[in-house]
Amino acid sequence: MSTKNNSLVSSGDIWFPEPLSTLAKDIDYLYYVTMWGSVIIFLGMFLISIYFLLKYRRTKSNLVAQKQVIENHKLEIAWTVIPLILVMILFVWGFKDYLRLRIPPEDTLKINVTGAKWFWSFEYPKNNIKTLNQVYVPVNQSIEFKMISKDVLHNLFIPNLRIKRDVIPNSYSGLWFKAEKVGRYQIFCTEYCGDKHSEMLADLIVLSEEDYEEWLNSANESEDIPLEDLGKKLYTAKACNGCHSLDGSNMVGPTWKGLFGKIRNFTDGTSVKSDENYIRESIVYPQKKLVKGYQNVMPSYAGLLSDREIDGIIEYIKTLK
Amino acid sequence: MGHLENINFFKAAKGFKSWLITVDHKRIGIMYLLFIVAAFTLGGLAAGIMRIELLSPDKVLLTAKQYNQFFTLHGAIMVFLFIIPSIPAALGNFFLPLQIGAKDVAFPKLNLASLYIYVFGALFCVYSMWHGAVDTGWTFYTPYSTTTDTSVISMTLGAFILGFSSILTGMNFIVTVHKMRAPGMTWFRMPLFVWSLYATSILQVLATPVLAITLLLLIVEKTMGIGIFDPAIGGDPVLFQHFFWFYSHPAVYIMILPAMGIMSELFTTFTKKNIFGYKAIAYSSIAIALVSFLVWGHHMFLSGQSDLASTIFSALTFIVAIPSAIKVFNWISTMYKGSIDLKTPFLYGLSFLFLFSVGGFTGIVLGTLSLDVHMHDTYYVVAHFHYVMMGGTVMGFLGGLHYWWPKMFGKMYNEFWAKIACALIFVGFNMVFFTQFILGSKGMPRRYYSYLDQFQPLHQFSTSGTWVMGLGFIIVFIYLINSLFRKEEVSNSPWGGITLEWQTTSPPPVYNFIETPIVDNDPYDFEKVKI
Ligand code: HEC
Ligand SMILES: [Cu+2]
Ligand SMILES: [Cu+2]
Repeated sequence: MSTKNNSLVSSGDIWFPEPLSTLAKDIDYLYYVTMWGSVIIFLGMFLISIYFLLKYRRTKSNLVAQKQVIENHKLEIAWTVIPLILVMILFVWGFKDYLRLRIPPEDTLKINVTGAKWFWSFEYPKNNIKTLNQVYVPVNQSIEFKMISKDVLHNLFIPNLRIKRDVIPNSYSGLWFKAEKVGRYQIFCTEYCGDKHSEMLADLIVLSEEDYEEWLNSANESEDIPLEDLGKKLYTAKACNGCHSLDGSNMVGPTWKGLFGKIRNFTDGTSVKSDENYIRESIVYPQKKLVKGYQNVMPSYAGLLSDREIDGIIEYIKTLK
Repeated sequence: MGHLENINFFKAAKGFKSWLITVDHKRIGIMYLLFIVAAFTLGGLAAGIMRIELLSPDKVLLTAKQYNQFFTLHGAIMVFLFIIPSIPAALGNFFLPLQIGAKDVAFPKLNLASLYIYVFGALFCVYSMWHGAVDTGWTFYTPYSTTTDTSVISMTLGAFILGFSSILTGMNFIVTVHKMRAPGMTWFRMPLFVWSLYATSILQVLATPVLAITLLLLIVEKTMGIGIFDPAIGGDPVLFQHFFWFYSHPAVYIMILPAMGIMSELFTTFTKKNIFGYKAIAYSSIAIALVSFLVWGHHMFLSGQSDLASTIFSALTFIVAIPSAIKVFNWISTMYKGSIDLKTPFLYGLSFLFLFSVGGFTGIVLGTLSLDVHMHDTYYVVAHFHYVMMGGTVMGFLGGLHYWWPKMFGKMYNEFWAKIACALIFVGFNMVFFTQFILGSKGMPRRYYSYLDQFQPLHQFSTSGTWVMGLGFIIVFIYLINSLFRKEEVSNSPWGGITLEWQTTSPPPVYNFIETPIVDNDPYDFEKVKI
């Protein structure tokens, strides 16, 4: 797919993408403590083994074992107790950071997230704004996601923040973060959810205070701009452009060019002339009539687009001759 | 049949039918070996094709749907058809009775029945996966698995049929160990491979019924519409994960314990040393078996289980790591002041030692709550469990196969090529999977058909490792087959091993020993037993 967005911001680090919060940096720190601790112990084991292999190789003068050593209680107690202490330190450390990951601070900006095959939608309950596959947040502000799935399990993962959480049908799950740097960052789905699991991507867009205010205002504009322009805007904003072209080429879905008024043939053999009702139905119940030659992959936008927005798209499609 | 006593078990009866109706544990073990190698080949090919697909984020060979079917096929075959039965059913069947000086297992006919059930279950699984185009991943998580189609039931049924086979084998082994030991073979004179099989058998007998319960619940839900796992009718999809991992986490130890048993055999024979800390190793097998029932929740830190539960599971996970670490330290110490012979089986033993340790250390990372949040469901996890399952179990299996090959077939393979192949497999393995640790911590999610462009170089390097590893396996296959046509017979104990299986002929006679052995020494007492 040529339209693959790629906004996973990497840094010079060979293990991790750029950390976007203090908490992410702390988690990286713990990882490095664990990793270097492991490397040291591993090297110790490795070097001792190599030493034994060289020193006690079977040779003409070393055909039988020099001495049958079968126990050493002090040593055995040491290598039971020391690892136990080490892992318990890790356990407590990991637990403390985990609590920080799990418990959001008081004054968070709340955003409702819905995962569905195969897109993410974000709703700003206070501002009555909905976005698709893009979530805009202000920098240095604690954000809280309340997440739910419309169908199967999904999982929302933001590598730059080192956070993820399962998104479950019929039950809310929460996730919070505070992004400390402006930019565009990758969101993945990391719970297997079917054919387009790997395409279920979104962007976290961290804006400065002022830019965020400006975005809020422009996003609210949809109330007054002309229907046609609204439709044009939604075409990209709601990610229809991932599957539908305007220039007559066919992608995952049929092109919108000349769609209005055209005879549509369906997989079940029926056909219909494309009118306003048909287009509306195609958006709300896409699986009802499947255009011949295409798969049943278009998600339903029921509840995700307002009536006015659907009207906007219809008006816009009418202009595409 | 008195006159059969001196004839090796291959020659004792001839013809295809004599194999189909045999009750000789050695023949059953060899038939298991054949099927298991076939399963490994099939699962390996599926993996190879997946890796080729991942050379590019765009389509190479497969569509997304086909890719998803391939990783499901790969996972399910490797777990249920290959790893779980690999060591116990093939090598265990052959060597458990030999190592305790018995004529056969306690219930020879049941043993044959387990084999038939395994073959039936395997065919059933592969057929239903292929036919039903199952694309759920080997974990069959609901509601994806129940909303797409019904094949989750047939797959769970398949897994259960296979599980039933391992319950029967497990019971058979438990009774054999209790009842069939040669005179003088006390519990603490048993070779450690036997201990590990005993611990594994307990796990199999206790954990597998949970699969049956899950299956029953799935069927009840489907047929009666009672909401259990499906949220659309009021069920709880997370409940399925609890059931699934309650079986599948102990299953992880069903997979690794027998390989640990083989390690103890390799580290004694090839150093001519008595094992360091016999009792610690034996008890740690049992400890692992018990604690492993209490850690399933570490697969579910992010699934919406309560934070308290996650915390407890995290703590227990760290505790279950300790007995494994103890074993590793014991094996290393066994080399001290030994007479170390770097033959191929021991090279696999060393591979296990290092690869399994890497698997263990990265397991610590994943058990740490805050780190797991980032690593969960990324390639880091994929790399981790391949280091444990392949770096551990498969290396142990290969070590055991090379160690006991001359005993099973009475022929020795070409040592030079065996070493080359071992090196290729070791290097190839690390190319494939070490790379995936980096991919994962950089944020590459698992089960992705397509990926961001920035991951491509690492994916390509990982894929190239599969070719190195594949070449290694092809070489193994060739020299092992070739060895069967060699003229020279091998002696009773080509490596100088002293456990009972090395005190009979290679291959052993039908009833294993001409005279019932009488044991009056520890299993690895190289000072007392001279061969
Ligand atoms: C994942 C890909 C995908 C996305 C995203 C998508 N569609 Fe579709 N769409 C399809 C496919 C495939 C078809 C043809 C099969 C069918 O009828 O469902 C289709 C059909 C349609 C049709 C009927 C077209 C015809 O030729 O008869 C309309 C109208 C439509 N989509 C509108 C939209 C709108 C509006 C959006 C964005 C809000 C959108 N689609 C987003 C894949 C997609
Ligand atoms: Cu997904
Ligand atoms: Cu587990």
